[in-house]
Amino acid sequence: MAAVVVVLVWSTFGTELSPWRLLTGLAASGRFIAEFFPPDFTRGSEYLNSMFETIKMAVWGTALAFIAAVPLSFWAATNTTPHSLVYQFTRRMSDVFRGLNEFVLAMVFVAALGLGPFPGILALAVSTTGTLIKLFSEAIELVDVGQVEAVKASGAGPLQVLTHAYWPQIVPTVLSMTLYRFEANVRGATVLGLVGAGGIGLYVTEAIRGFNFQAAGAILMVILVAVFLVDFLSAKVRERLS
Amino acid sequence: MGESFIRVEQVSHRYANGTVALSSITLGFNINQFTAMIGPSGAGKSTLMRVINGLVRPSEGQVFIGDTRISQAPEATVRQARRQIGMVFQQFNLVRRLTALENVLIGRLGTLNPVASTLKLYGREDRELAMGLLERVGMADYAWQRADTLSGGQQQRVGIARALAQQPRLILADEPVSALDPKSSEQVMEILQSINAQDGIAVICNLHHLDTVREYADRVVALKRGQLVFDGSVADLSEEVSRSLYYDEQQSREITPILATQLSFAD
Repeated sequence: MAAVVVVLVWSTFGTELSPWRLLTGLAASGRFIAEFFPPDFTRGSEYLNSMFETIKMAVWGTALAFIAAVPLSFWAATNTTPHSLVYQFTRRMSDVFRGLNEFVLAMVFVAALGLGPFPGILALAVSTTGTLIKLFSEAIELVDVGQVEAVKASGAGPLQVLTHAYWPQIVPTVLSMTLYRFEANVRGATVLGLVGAGGIGLYVTEAIRGFNFQAAGAILMVILVAVFLVDFLSAKVRERLS
Repeated sequence: MGESFIRVEQVSHRYANGTVALSSITLGFNINQFTAMIGPSGAGKSTLMRVINGLVRPSEGQVFIGDTRISQAPEATVRQARRQIGMVFQQFNLVRRLTALENVLIGRLGTLNPVASTLKLYGREDRELAMGLLERVGMADYAWQRADTLSGGQQQRVGIARALAQQPRLILADEPVSALDPKSSEQVMEILQSINAQDGIAVICNLHHLDTVREYADRVVALKRGQLVFDGSVADLSEEVSRSLYYDEQQSREITPILATQLSFAD
């Protein structure tokens, strides 16, 4: 408890935390937000298309990560890794991938590959791979060893043991975690446009830099509705999985 | 003993943590025999079963399945030999999220190549065999039901069907009825008995109740502290032998030091 207080106090220095500024800031923000209304949907179809592009980026970013993470997570689980060095390597790789925010990664990939959604997809894929490896390998480590032993005892080979004893046990977790990351990636993909990595974020920066706040309001509404819809549908699917 | 299907020669096993599970066991098992393996918990019965099907490699000694010396063979050879031995477990160990039928088909995995099995491309013969086996254990009506929706007795019957799907020459049953109620226990033991009598499949069964042993087994093997202390026909298993197996002066000697430490804590 004392430690929490110390950290909180320490964190006030240099961050210009002040109640007065919060109040005046709130008023200013309020005026700023008021300028977003009424939202201007004259370029609505463009925003909608761009939102679809954003979702497509999240789809592929998540799909690539899934494809990479399924085999790698078996290396990163103590009970299925072929060797402790392989285990260490994949675990550390997952740490590094997770440690890099997709926004930072997107800047790197844009610098390397140029503008567009593709570097954005790669950025999402890399950071999601890191997360999924961690989540999947933890699910693998919780597998019931009795079921594994029974499949082994039938004379099944190593790959068959993975597909018939481990996989059926981890499927619900694996699919639900993947969908959960997909939801997060849709939200994450909306800002990647700020660094030129594709998606609706580009329109947001454009509108705000051009003081076109009513257009910005329309874009934000498109984003909100899309994110709500994706979360809602994805949650429905996850419910059915469990 | 002549040509035993399973030969265990001078087998000792010590686990990584130092526990001695088996010490110089020599045994042979013939086809067509119903053997009960008895002994107190921790006597090494389960370890011996896993040494027989090669899931555990003994620290010392040799194990043969037919002509294959599995104790020193490469993993692929052990797997090949293991297909002739089905296993039934105390906790059934069905893959809980798969249907009863899919669980029985796991017994066919050994005959499939990895690609076909990953895609669950079981042949028609395999499916018919599996369905027939479910019928035999009285579970055909539950073929499409998920394993985790079945009762313990039902799961164990599916477990036996899975072992039979391997078309084995021997079935190892590791305390198959310990987790079951009396009625289910009887059903399961009767199925095992009929497999032995009608199909000529050898059965080695870890059991705790001596009444069950007397009712079903031809031969009794008793282990205690990893050592073979009795091997003979059921008729020769005297009260005296079975009593000394579970209750003896050794046990009280073992308890004393524990009590002593408890007392020293109390001080």
